[in-house]
Amino acid sequence: MSQQTQNTRSERQSGGSPYAPHTAADVEAMLDVIGAESVDDLFDVPPSVRFDGSFGIEASSEQAVVRDVSDTLAQNEQLTEFLGRGRYNHYVPSVVDDLSSRSEFLTSYTQYQPEVAQGFLQALFEYQSMLAELTGLEVANCSMYDAATALGEAALLADRVRGTSGSEVLVSDLVREERLSVLENYLTGNDMTVATYPTEDGITDQEALADHVTDETVMVYAENPTAVGTIQEDLAAVGDVADEHDALFCLGTDPVALALLEEPAAVGADVVVGDASVLGLSSAYGLGLGLFATREDYLRQVPGRLVGASEDTDDRRAYTLTLQTREQHIRKERATSNICTNQAWVALRTAIHVAWLGTTGLVDLAEECVQLPRELAAEVDDIEGVTAPVHDRHHFREFLMETHRDAEQVAAGLEAEGFAVHAVDEHHVQVCVTDTNRHECSEFVDAVEEVVA
Amino acid sequence: MQRYEQAVWSETDGPRYEPLLAEKNERTVDVQERSSLPDDVTRDSVTLPELSEPEIARHYTRLSQMNYGVENGPFPLGSCTMKYNPKFTEEVAALPDAAVHPDRSAESTQGTLAVYAKLQDYLGRIGGMDAVTLQPPAGAAGEFTGILVARAYHEHNGEGDRSEVIVPASAHGTNFASAVMAGYDVVELPPGDDGRVDLDSLEAAVSEDTAALMLTNPNTLGLFERDIEEIADVVHDAGGLLYYDGANLNALLGQARPGDMGFDIMHFNLHKTFATPHGGGGPGAGPIGVTEELADFLPAPQVGDDGDEYELYEPEHSIGKVHGAMGNWLVLLKAYAYIERLGDDGLADTSSKAVLNANYLAEQLDLDVPFGPFHHEFVASAGEQDAADFAKRMLDYGVHPPTTKWPEIVSEALMTEPTELESKDTLDQLADAFNAVADEDEQSLSDAPSSTAAGRIDQTSAARNPRLSWHDLE
Repeated sequence: MSQQTQNTRSERQSGGSPYAPHTAADVEAMLDVIGAESVDDLFDVPPSVRFDGSFGIEASSEQAVVRDVSDTLAQNEQLTEFLGRGRYNHYVPSVVDDLSSRSEFLTSYTQYQPEVAQGFLQALFEYQSMLAELTGLEVANCSMYDAATALGEAALLADRVRGTSGSEVLVSDLVREERLSVLENYLTGNDMTVATYPTEDGITDQEALADHVTDETVMVYAENPTAVGTIQEDLAAVGDVADEHDALFCLGTDPVALALLEEPAAVGADVVVGDASVLGLSSAYGLGLGLFATREDYLRQVPGRLVGASEDTDDRRAYTLTLQTREQHIRKERATSNICTNQAWVALRTAIHVAWLGTTGLVDLAEECVQLPRELAAEVDDIEGVTAPVHDRHHFREFLMETHRDAEQVAAGLEAEGFAVHAVDEHHVQVCVTDTNRHECSEFVDAVEEVVA
Repeated sequence: MQRYEQAVWSETDGPRYEPLLAEKNERTVDVQERSSLPDDVTRDSVTLPELSEPEIARHYTRLSQMNYGVENGPFPLGSCTMKYNPKFTEEVAALPDAAVHPDRSAESTQGTLAVYAKLQDYLGRIGGMDAVTLQPPAGAAGEFTGILVARAYHEHNGEGDRSEVIVPASAHGTNFASAVMAGYDVVELPPGDDGRVDLDSLEAAVSEDTAALMLTNPNTLGLFERDIEEIADVVHDAGGLLYYDGANLNALLGQARPGDMGFDIMHFNLHKTFATPHGGGGPGAGPIGVTEELADFLPAPQVGDDGDEYELYEPEHSIGKVHGAMGNWLVLLKAYAYIERLGDDGLADTSSKAVLNANYLAEQLDLDVPFGPFHHEFVASAGEQDAADFAKRMLDYGVHPPTTKWPEIVSEALMTEPTELESKDTLDQLADAFNAVADEDEQSLSDAPSSTAAGRIDQTSAARNPRLSWHDLE
């Protein structure tokens, strides 16, 4: 680059984009080449729809914006969260932030030119591999938006492979409302319906499920652990019921739970969905990472992106996006999904987090998710007017407690004491405990005692 | 010519690629031995990599060096709008107060809801729209949401039998897929001779079955649909709605607003127009804006202001939810900070410089660049050369190539979008790379690339013999 053409900050135009590198001389020279008088002349927009740019948004310095956002967010109350129901906080090691922030990862795009994207492709291949190991299924894609939309995609997959036999998706009555609503929206276009089957004491009621499944059912969905934290027994029976009716069995879970609980493939799961951001990101106001894995039989029906191994011209191992003939940019209206932008960077973070934990660390974290709610439930159960856990089950991360007081009032009372919990219904409050809030459990128990007294 | 290098790992001993973590060290843990749960609810064992932190740090650092990002050099991917992202937005997203749980009460998250409400307001002003939802987690999710809103609106008005969505042939593939997901038949609109929508073809395509027309403006050829007001009239007269695909909004920011052009629904690609990093393909965010008539159909909850404090509410005829939480919050937060940093002048200057850069680069090329005048992107033709090979050879010149072979309207298409944040010098280097490759023979193109971390990768073998996890490599 020659000295003469090098831009200096003072030569740049003021009052425009603070990041545009053009000097006034550059703009003149470029307009000369184009043969235009002014940049305005380049806009081929009829005057009747031209806008004068007055949004009424004032430009601010970087420092002022950071201060403004920081001050605005500081209006959030400082509460210790005992919240879960599908989105969980675990400690995210510093190495995840550091490595995932490397600009070669963060500022790259979808890997359409694999020769200069080997790094990201390999990281996504490792992410897929980890999910394949944890689920026991052969195929995992390299990310969907979140658990709710992944569930929607699973139902669309079921419709593609089983749709000739029916149009109903059967879902546990414990599934949270938000996921049901997203699922219903995903199915509107296919005239499919969603029905629920009952649970008994926090797990699938096998007999009731068998009564609810019909030949119209294309998919049975269960979660393990459930939205109230219970660990389901005899999941294989759910798989059997689905199988008998030629329906797919879709299991909702997350990568920490998978380290400990029955392997989805072993209980007959055809599809596994869930939110993988529990590792790598934590709850982050719901920014998720949709997990999606399935059997090899459905490989060509998988939504979203897949990374495959191949070789380059020197026979070196190399990775590339593959089976793209399923995707919207090629198959358009016949595509397996409309997904283009996905959650690749969150998947990278999750892969790094799993690597950092290692097998032992991941299993130990999962075991801690069993021990902590067990201990906390026992403590609050000792409080007069409180029963916990409500369900006589093993739990994962969270449990329900019943109080004789109104649950909303208990939640509000706890909030006043500095704790956030979820009021489920009239007398049930849900409590979630992980490594991030375990050190405040005794204060929490004291607060519960005070609030329900 | 300056080269934008990425690390090349050539090893004389060891493997000639970066090994997988599982190849470096793997451990199997007996789960039943390690867990207090009864055996009938646990798996037997699990096998994953197990390495020290320094080994992990080195592994991912090596991987990062085998990857090209915007900070390695120009990334002129048409329709993807890959531009430099300022660093301070990462600091904003990392604020501890940003990371609250989505089930927190509205009363205890007034700060988060304030950012939501303000961003809804900013985007409404920028798009000329009356109401905005931030829930869709990507552009295509925004399209899907927008079409669901259109569908709910028609059904509410007793016109639920409208069954078709019209999409121009050159539109993003997501438009077709999103319309089908929402239950519509797609009517493909052929391009006019000038690359724009042909009003006669449109007249012929609309009918009482038309639910909506999905339009990108400027379109994927970088051309502004000058007849937009007439187009809007044709669609509205047929009782349909006009949908704006915001993928190319970067070209019009502050110069024109979809709402003023007659669009009823639009999506914003915050990761394109409002500079949040693409992160290897996501996360993004795809808020939608709608006119007043459609506001009651937006997803729930919406963030409102009752005069005293921010609150969550469900619009009267809401379609429900399109994301499990409130969308991709950290992306929303970064976009908010970016908009505040730029303000009116910075936003309008964005499109000015983007359009200047595109036209300057197009002018420098020895290739055929049909149609025009261009906004922020243009489609050059590689002519007799294969566009995919052309792209591979550009990698050897140290620059990322443009989007190739699309839209199909231009043969051997090289769809190029330099964005506003590339300097004249960089554009000159890009032009040199284009022009150098244009002069080369077929052989050197099909042999390329030779200077990258990997040579040309065998796509056929990857698809015929899918190997999707490390088990498949054993």
